Amino acid sequence: MSIDNNPKISVRNLYKIFGDNPQAALERVKEGISKADLLTETNHVLGLNDINVDMPTGKTTVIMGLSGSGKSTLIRHLNRLIEPTAGEVWIDDENILEYNEKQLRSLRQHRMSMVFQKFALLPHRTVLENAGLAPSISGESRKQYKDEATKWLDRVGLEGQGNQYPVQLSGGMQQRVGIARALTSNSDIMLMDEAFSALDPLIRTDMQNLLIDLQNELQKTVIFITHDLDEALKLADHLVMLKDGCVVQQGEPQEILLRPNDPYIEDFVADINRARVLRVRSVMEKTVGAPGNVAGDVDHEDTLETVIALSEGDTTKRYRVTRDGVQVGVLDMRTLVRALVPQGGSSEDPRLPELAGSDA
Amino acid sequence: MATYDFLFDSLGLRGWCGDDQGGLSSMADLLGETSGQDADISAWDTPFPSLDALHDACSAIPQSRALTLGLERGFLDIKDSLKVVVDPLTQPLSWALNDALWVMQAVPWWIMIPVLMLIAWVVGRSIKLVGLVAAVFCLLAFVDYYDYTMQTLAIIFVCAFICVLFGVPIGIAMSRSDRVQRTMIPILDMLQTLPPFVYLIPLIFLFSVTEPKLYGIAIILYAIVPVVRLTDLGIRLVDKDVIEAADAYGMTKRQKLFGVQIPLALPNIMAGVNQTIMMSLAMVVIASLVSAPGLGVLVLRGIRNLELGVGLLSGLGIVLLAVILDRVTKAALERINSQQPG
Ligand SMILES: Nc1ncnc2c1ncn2[C@@H]1O[C@H](COP(=O)(O)OP(=O)(O)OP(=O)(O)O)[C@@H](O)[C@H]1O
Ligand SMILES: [Mg+2]
Repeated sequence: MSIDNNPKISVRNLYKIFGDNPQAALERVKEGISKADLLTETNHVLGLNDINVDMPTGKTTVIMGLSGSGKSTLIRHLNRLIEPTAGEVWIDDENILEYNEKQLRSLRQHRMSMVFQKFALLPHRTVLENAGLAPSISGESRKQYKDEATKWLDRVGLEGQGNQYPVQLSGGMQQRVGIARALTSNSDIMLMDEAFSALDPLIRTDMQNLLIDLQNELQKTVIFITHDLDEALKLADHLVMLKDGCVVQQGEPQEILLRPNDPYIEDFVADINRARVLRVRSVMEKTVGAPGNVAGDVDHEDTLETVIALSEGDTTKRYRVTRDGVQVGVLDMRTLVRALVPQGGSSEDPRLPELAGSDA
Repeated sequence: MATYDFLFDSLGLRGWCGDDQGGLSSMADLLGETSGQDADISAWDTPFPSLDALHDACSAIPQSRALTLGLERGFLDIKDSLKVVVDPLTQPLSWALNDALWVMQAVPWWIMIPVLMLIAWVVGRSIKLVGLVAAVFCLLAFVDYYDYTMQTLAIIFVCAFICVLFGVPIGIAMSRSDRVQRTMIPILDMLQTLPPFVYLIPLIFLFSVTEPKLYGIAIILYAIVPVVRLTDLGIRLVDKDVIEAADAYGMTKRQKLFGVQIPLALPNIMAGVNQTIMMSLAMVVIASLVSAPGLGVLVLRGIRNLELGVGLLSGLGIVLLAVILDRVTKAALERINSQQPG
């Protein structure tokens, strides 16, 4: 699933510095001062440092990083809830930083929607009125938006709850209202800031599956923030890893998993169940030549876990990999097992800075 | 000989003072002269170098009486021009108070009491409350305080209404700009801490005592503070996340104010209105000093003529009025809170 279509959103050389005199601090940042030094020397906080990201149309871009890495700051630049210190944000080939107030409002009303970690529903309005927030802001009456809002409330699993107030719902249901609110706006772009982080694990899985279903149906451009790698890998078509306001690595999630280019990422990657996340296509040997002696066929989108179950743990087997029934490669069980072990000596503490790049 | 003679002598200012050394400048000196002893004051009794003490030593320094006189003259000088501006601006207040007083007294009691009960019902939706309102008014009417009660109530209604009319927008302006907030807070602090009698003094000079707006302004200045403060606080306390959501979906400032901030701040604003009404009641009693009619007049009579019974009974009447005003507004607050879960 490489990104060959036009990006919906392009972020170019974006800097954000919090403080009294960000322009002066920007000079220092461009000279290469670190986030910690900037804070101690000039009392400015480096929020984002030279961000360049393309977010593909109709796909899910996941932005991931630890707390304080600048994820929320970045996503708030996409609808200018935060103004950058320098840089450009292109949406549909327009630089939104040149928008006047009216254009910006129209962008927020019609072309973008946002889902929040703490739901941020209006407590004094009913579920239906919350779902219809976007149309009501553009002046539609309750009667006009009722059908559309009800349709999306039903779609996210809230049939017949339209007259409740948000506090009467559980957290998971409130976030469903949040998603219905985003969908009712009929925008192409959906920004989700840690949308599922406040939910308990089972509800969270439900919501992830709901989002995946909706994505298959609607193909919105979703920008999703999380600090949970499992969630990122489950949802992402394009994964962006942030650290201290810098992009450390971005690309196809499987690629990042197999070839982390930074100890910070290795650290992240070390703890996950690779067999469940890695897919056959990312570890197979690409060949259309005769596969020789194989034990059977596997699909290129199968996870390694499926293949291990199929092989019953026998590492001598080989499988033919097919896509839509046509051979695209061969998978040796030994290759598979090797892929299960993270590369690059992450048995030692990958956070130690001197290890940086040692595996490149 | 005054204590601070040496000061002017050593500074060589004696000539500027315009009297010769050793001039008998005060009564004390005169007394000292006659009794034959020098005015030699021990260190223990050294007076503070105040205007009066310095005046003793040097008559070119004014006495402090001159300062207060100067203030008074200054005020009297600007009074006329101030009146030209303030008089027409505040005239509607006089009309409103006069009309309200007239209406509340002209309507017969057998219409007025049910109307007040109806208001209590509409605001509070509680039978018990309506019963309490009826009981209090009947009791006050029974002891022949009906007219006084209606006068007090009329003044409170008008003044509290005007407080809300101006206080809420001021509070909104404060919540939107830190600068406005910084300038308003000292003013509000001053209004709240100045003893109410002190407002009355310049107002008496400005308006004639027969004009209702005199006490109207005093009550409003005193009672407006809580509604302003709590509106500001209420709007500032609105959940940041909800405001962010409103921004993210492209609300205009106006939509945000009327669709999100005011509705969510309403419990606080109503708490402010409750406080404002209670403070108007407190002030309307004091304002009887400047001819505000109502129960306060009876309290004043109790003090002036030492009519203990009148003072106590009217005091009780004020307490009862305070209780029902408080209960009814609190019931309204309660209803807002329950309609707006969360
Ligand atoms: N308004 C602000 N003023 C000053 N510093 C800020 C401001 N907003 C964010 N920051 C700083 O910018 C950095 C990035 O913050 P941000 O909220 O984007 O992190 P995050 O990745 O979203 O973290 P989390 O996972 O905790 O939400 C942090 O160091 C934070 O302290
Ligand atoms: Mg965040």
